[in-house]
Amino acid sequence: MRKEYLKLEKVEGPLIVLSNIQDVAYDEMVEIKIENGETRKGKVIKIDGDKVVVQVFEGTAGISTHNASVKFMGEPLKLPLSKEILGRTFNGIGSPIDGAYQVISQNKYNVNGRPINPVARKYPRNFIQTGVSAIDALMTLIRGQKLPIFSGNGIAHNELAVQIVKQAKIEGANSTNFAVVFGAMGVRHDDASYFMRSFEAAGVLDHVVMYLNLADDPITERISTPRCALTAAEYLAFEHDMHVLVILTDMTSYSEALREMSSTRGEVPSRKGYPGYLYSDLSTIYERAGMIEGKEGSITLIPILTMPNDDITHPIPDLTGFITEGQIVLNRELNQKGIYPPIAILPSLSRLMKDGIGADYTREDHADLSNQIFSSYSKVQDVRSLAQIIGEDDLGEIDKLYLKFGRRFEEKFVAQGSGENRSISETLNLGWKILSILPKTELDRLKPEMIEKYYRGKKE
Amino acid sequence: MNNHFGVVELINGPVVKGTKMSAFKVNEMVTVGERQLIGEVVSLEDEVATVQVYEETEGLRAGERICSTGAPLSLTLGPGMLGNMFDGIQRPLKKIEEISKIFIPEGIGLLSIDEDKEWDVHLTVKLDDSLGQGQVYATVQETLSIMHKIMIPPGIKGKIVEVKPDGKYKLKDTIAVLEMENGEKMNLSLMQKWPVRRPRPVSKRVPIYKPLITGQRVIDTFFPLAKGGTVGLPGGFGTGKTVTQHQLAKWSDADIIVYIGCGERGNEMTNVLEEFPALIDPRTNRPLMERTILIANTSNMPVAAREASIYTGITMAEYFRDMGYDVAIMADSTSRWAEALREISGRLEEMPAEEGFPAYLPSRLAQFYERAGCVKTLNDEEASITIIGAVSPPGGDFSEPVTENTKRFVSAFLALDKKLAYARHYPAINYLTSYSGYVTMLEDWYKENVADDMLELRAKMIRLLQEEEKLNEIVQLVGEDVLPNDQALVLEIARTIKKAFLQQNALHKEDTYVSLEKQHKMLIVIDTLYENTLKCVKIGIPISTIRKEPIFEDVIKMKYDVPNDQIELLDKLCEKIVTDYKELRQKYQ
Repeated sequence: MRKEYLKLEKVEGPLIVLSNIQDVAYDEMVEIKIENGETRKGKVIKIDGDKVVVQVFEGTAGISTHNASVKFMGEPLKLPLSKEILGRTFNGIGSPIDGAYQVISQNKYNVNGRPINPVARKYPRNFIQTGVSAIDALMTLIRGQKLPIFSGNGIAHNELAVQIVKQAKIEGANSTNFAVVFGAMGVRHDDASYFMRSFEAAGVLDHVVMYLNLADDPITERISTPRCALTAAEYLAFEHDMHVLVILTDMTSYSEALREMSSTRGEVPSRKGYPGYLYSDLSTIYERAGMIEGKEGSITLIPILTMPNDDITHPIPDLTGFITEGQIVLNRELNQKGIYPPIAILPSLSRLMKDGIGADYTREDHADLSNQIFSSYSKVQDVRSLAQIIGEDDLGEIDKLYLKFGRRFEEKFVAQGSGENRSISETLNLGWKILSILPKTELDRLKPEMIEKYYRGKKE
Repeated sequence: MNNHFGVVELINGPVVKGTKMSAFKVNEMVTVGERQLIGEVVSLEDEVATVQVYEETEGLRAGERICSTGAPLSLTLGPGMLGNMFDGIQRPLKKIEEISKIFIPEGIGLLSIDEDKEWDVHLTVKLDDSLGQGQVYATVQETLSIMHKIMIPPGIKGKIVEVKPDGKYKLKDTIAVLEMENGEKMNLSLMQKWPVRRPRPVSKRVPIYKPLITGQRVIDTFFPLAKGGTVGLPGGFGTGKTVTQHQLAKWSDADIIVYIGCGERGNEMTNVLEEFPALIDPRTNRPLMERTILIANTSNMPVAAREASIYTGITMAEYFRDMGYDVAIMADSTSRWAEALREISGRLEEMPAEEGFPAYLPSRLAQFYERAGCVKTLNDEEASITIIGAVSPPGGDFSEPVTENTKRFVSAFLALDKKLAYARHYPAINYLTSYSGYVTMLEDWYKENVADDMLELRAKMIRLLQEEEKLNEIVQLVGEDVLPNDQALVLEIARTIKKAFLQQNALHKEDTYVSLEKQHKMLIVIDTLYENTLKCVKIGIPISTIRKEPIFEDVIKMKYDVPNDQIELLDKLCEKIVTDYKELRQKYQ
């Protein structure tokens, strides 16, 4: 029989402090019963002698120092998991919120997980066709990759994420071994329902597991939401050989929750008030993506974050970029021009792309073509700034062609319908067609035989 | 040795405080709790000790036992390290995988290099030999490229009183017995222990004079590195730090490479593990993995072990240096290590200095980089350690504390530039803001071993690039067409330097590694192009006509078209440049 403690020493923000406690483990789960019959969950976050600090997931509103009884559960937060989680919706600590029963399973999994041994990993190589030209050609998503979307408030990142979920063609995945795990941290109700409706319309709802923590839900649950989602993903991928696409949104709200917790605990802040362990903490989320040697399944992770003030050097996108394998950056200016998806090509990148494209996966010309587009489009930026000063009419002939290339590239290649699904060869052919606006002499990243084969411009 | 015990009192993430610990020493290794998590004492106050724990502390309870080991955090040094991958405290990850499959659990104890493997040992001493510290008493051919020399540990000398014959021995087998001056006998095995935080002694330091040849043009020619030198490699995310570090690990002409993945991505380490065994060292014709030691403490592994991983790496490097090898150590990234210091410092509730980093950040960085150097070992051999530290400045801002302080302690600084990376100019090493303090030290070597005019050509190319930078400011205001011909030529040639020379394709078979000889010839080609086109400009041939000659494209593509074993083709290219432009001049006149 576990002891119940009836007196709290202190209640502060989401934290309660108890004293004279024996035999409590770090990170252990806690059950708090309040007078009115309500039960809440919490977690031990600090032990100092016989004094214990507990973080209450649902918040401490209504708790006084003497109206609650606290019971220590003897184990960390664990999720019961079975394949029945597919199609279900849970809150940030894994309790069902869709009106149905809790999943019953003998197998319970610690939501904190453990780091994957680098020796056990399989290097991700196979490309995922998303049907979005800019992504497929220039920042190819690879099966088992973690590739975040850096966005801003009011930019169409949700649409893009939904389009990727709808269109993604993963090598080896079919309707029986494909799953989407969706973790929402601090998102608005209408955003959450947008995702739900879209999944339903795409007919994938049976393959989706959702962990929702909405904007008005307690922030302490926000911290465990992505961990629950990834624990479910690891279970599906590595125990049931499924290909899992994990969408986490919005990592900015998550990090802010972490900052709030940290400041209530009185920790020393580092950049912009975020705790010094933000990097380590984010990495324990992002690094759970990947593939394992000898296992069929994969976890491909697409976290979405909104850059505060559209600032890519803000700690959240900055630290994320250092952990993830590239980034897809959305741009407000393109968004305002009505270009969808508003992907800013130059700062975007996929680090795993080099090993997952080419003749074996996509097409022989893919790598060089994408290099050439990057290099030519970066030249467009120089020409544009020059044109602003001296006027477009005074530009040299070649520079004018660059401007034309830039416009056409944005309007025809980057822009596409939110329901438009382009195959990789359509995408690459389109790339060549637009590059052919430029004379051959400007194409210094392409091998002559490639130019011979694919170039569509004037033969000189 | 008596075991001491303490009691866990406070738990805050990786920081644990214990009471009744007055018998413990600072930096002593301890085991914490029932699961025997590995930790290290970082401070003592009266009876209370603060311990940083190298494993996850989830589930630890107040009141559990802290147990002493009597020794500081130490490495087991001996054959079995090459080609292996370890975590931050020298636990082999392959062994951990055998124990626990996919994930790394806590409480698996302190593993180290394989004790059961039998090595072919050759004893190099005989009875009654007097040996001093650092002298070799046995050798093991650890891999086909590296001879592992077993040395008397520092601080010990004596006479051999017992010696076993050559044969197969395990790591801990006694192969000889040494009688020390005080009459005590010491069993010599294949291994020795050394505490990670203490630099291994050397006989003396010697001045730097040899370059570390990397086969990367922008480095070898423009910003040469030196054996025994220190290099900072800062760059924001997406600028190609890791690819550059990998290229250096693959191609630099050190005997041993220690690669520390400190708080970086798991997949990157997996990539190294998959890629390196297949790559062949151009000098020994053996797989590169045979000379490489990997230390992987990825970002999601416990933060305290990340702090230790840098010391683990440098201690292994020192051990191989003591055998007389040139060792290069790549730390990717030192910023993650600094952040680990910050994180632990925060948990210890120390007073923060700049941006939350502890005030001792600069001194720790200095201690690390100062372990590099060109030395005479205790065995009187010449050897070196080169440190190449990647820095990941937040937001790509080089004025942050880690980059700033690193700059103070390194002599070469290869700044990776976001703008170059966006234009897919790789390696994105900024050719204007980077510097190498080794150019003058290496001058004699370059003259003797490459060519007399190598450094002159280098200076000329840098001048052209700087001139281009200035001209670009004008071009941005008025456009390129209004420049006079000679200035327009500078732009063209600078672009050629960038495309033909500075940009190097790590994924291209011929271009990934280029010998110094070829680099020199390529410089001559570009110089010939410049001098000959300049003559054309002087007689008034318009730049567009000069640029139209197909030879211009040939120069840009020479890095792909001229295979590494046929560099005489570059001489032909020079001749062709001269004749082509002579013809052009004649036609024009």
